[in-house]
Amino acid sequence: MAIWLTKDSKVIVQGMTGSEGSKHTRRMLAAGTNVVGGVNPRKAGQKVDFDGTELPVFASVADAMAETGADVTVIFVPPQFTKAAVVEAIDAAIPLAVVITEGVPVHDTAAFWAYNLAQGERTRIIGPNCPGIASPGASNAGIIPADITGTGRIGLVSKSGTLTYQMMYELRDIGFSTCVGIGGDPIIGTTHIDALKAFEADPETDAIVMIGEIGGDAEERAAEFIKGNVTKPVVGYIAGFTAPPGKTMGHAGAIISGSAGTAEAKQAALEAVGVKVGKTPTETAKLMREIMSGN
Amino acid sequence: MDLYEYQGRDLFERHGLPVLAGGVATTPEEARAIAERLGGRVVVKAQVKVGGRGKAGGVKLAEGAEETVARATDILGMDIKGHTVHKVMITVTADVAEEYYFSYLLDRANRTFLCIASVAGGMDIEQVAADTPDRVVKAPIDANTGVDEAKAREIVTAAGFPAEVADQVVEVAVGLWQAFVAEDATLVEVNPLAKNGDGRLLLLDAKITLDENAAFRHPDHEALVDQAAVDPLEQAAKAKDLNYVKLDGEVGIIGNGAGLVMSTLDVVAYAGERHGNVKPANFLDIGGGASAAVMANGLEIVLSDPAVKSVFVNVFGGITACDEVANGIIQALALLEQRGEKVTKPLVVRLDGNNAEAGRAILDGANNPLVQRVDTMDGAAERAAELAAAGV
Repeated sequence: MAIWLTKDSKVIVQGMTGSEGSKHTRRMLAAGTNVVGGVNPRKAGQKVDFDGTELPVFASVADAMAETGADVTVIFVPPQFTKAAVVEAIDAAIPLAVVITEGVPVHDTAAFWAYNLAQGERTRIIGPNCPGIASPGASNAGIIPADITGTGRIGLVSKSGTLTYQMMYELRDIGFSTCVGIGGDPIIGTTHIDALKAFEADPETDAIVMIGEIGGDAEERAAEFIKGNVTKPVVGYIAGFTAPPGKTMGHAGAIISGSAGTAEAKQAALEAVGVKVGKTPTETAKLMREIMSGN
Repeated sequence: MDLYEYQGRDLFERHGLPVLAGGVATTPEEARAIAERLGGRVVVKAQVKVGGRGKAGGVKLAEGAEETVARATDILGMDIKGHTVHKVMITVTADVAEEYYFSYLLDRANRTFLCIASVAGGMDIEQVAADTPDRVVKAPIDANTGVDEAKAREIVTAAGFPAEVADQVVEVAVGLWQAFVAEDATLVEVNPLAKNGDGRLLLLDAKITLDENAAFRHPDHEALVDQAAVDPLEQAAKAKDLNYVKLDGEVGIIGNGAGLVMSTLDVVAYAGERHGNVKPANFLDIGGGASAAVMANGLEIVLSDPAVKSVFVNVFGGITACDEVANGIIQALALLEQRGEKVTKPLVVRLDGNNAEAGRAILDGANNPLVQRVDTMDGAAERAAELAAAGV
């Protein structure tokens, strides 16, 4: 059944008519995702053709949900409009909103997150600045390539897109239940802990790969959570051991501030709770392979 | 982006917060003009983005224009913990009676903002919090409701500010929050927030970080970038819209995706431990759809770094197809040749993922003696480190 995204998920796309939105709507459809429409108030009522699949455009998320029963939205709108798009999704109480957009001001993310909390957290938000979520063989909401790997019993949660793809590729013969890219921004809606909790509860996941990187203390808090709450084996990887302090390494959240947020501290925290941490992505995949083969 | 103290002072002043009158000078003559305008006793402060200026001799009092010129001459050009002083801020002096602490910052763990306030200011707040946690108030701030007068009063009461300054601190707390939001800051720290001899509050220092993601609504923030302090290669990369960070090693790095590139730096550093201790020379993320032009721009930047002895191109084809990347690399090398920049440094290329076989075949077919193909990330890092060590 995977986590959060299954073959029954009905997906809409906010920003479906834009260049990124339309490109990835096509890819999601090709991956077998049940995409049921898009949202753009200026093009409401129109239909967009994706290689033979005609998708309706709705004026709002609420309209799209009422008409199609959609329960997932993938957001591709530019940073200037992302806050409004997420607030609209929250207002419609859609269960899952995946925010792909990179470059969202952190005040905007803090604002829509606080708004989500005030509304009773009816919406799970993944991202922003993330590749989305994929349950191989079932559904794909975002930009994770669908053809890397098939269905299996490993769960993956990662701050990084390409490292997610790399890990999926390394373990493609084993396969994954769900891969969640939570994003590299300082404030994100779904954390490592949320994913660990869901994978622990998912009967179709046997083991978990957790990929982190420098900045913040999400990995340390995840380690603390694993200690008391996760019985399934977890393998970790942390990127950024050689990153200098005070420099943002690509992701807005990937920055060592003073002595906080170092890769060493994250690795130590994970190892202290029994998580095996690989030195390289390949070594990490090897550790997971050993677990899955029962060694 | 971290601001200099003088930029923070200016920003506070623009937002109507109480700061000392002053200005910034890059030469002793400019310092003289400011001293003459201000009159009387002034303080001359080195502008560097590092703590411990006072101890290093970067903060001096001066009486009148001549002395100001002398002190500015002393401080300009000084080295403070590896930072050369190019600017001094000159302000009138304060008659400090008490020092407090006040800041707003991003609280990543709780996905909100935090106010930290203390009546024990002027010192390192983390030390104060460690030694006397009861003297430091940490109050979460809801991003949507923010800090109004009631919220500010709550913080001021909790922190135990003396009654005679409470109203002023409330006013500063509200004003500072408004500035924090209006400027899209992720940190505004005032230490000390001082009570002057006459009972007035003054923001005597400013530590401000601005969110670069919000640059699209702050065209004025561009002017706050200290171009002189930016690494020339980073500057050139930024002009080409590349995500590049200069490091101090010998192996040039090009990859797609921030996480993969960070990981590449690590893997190269580990390999370097076995090969003359070579290290990554840079971080460069060329992003998702790496076209030949982007690859050429990236290669140009990395190869123009004289410290680079070999280059590791590490691409995982996710959405991007590896055959396009391979064509990009070959075309990029040809493009550089056309631009008259003969490439002489070896390139190790690892392509994996989408259409990897086709991509590898293109590299093999091009038969460029400078390009070496290694198909695993760890193996390619090893080879790139080895080549860099041989070329050093």
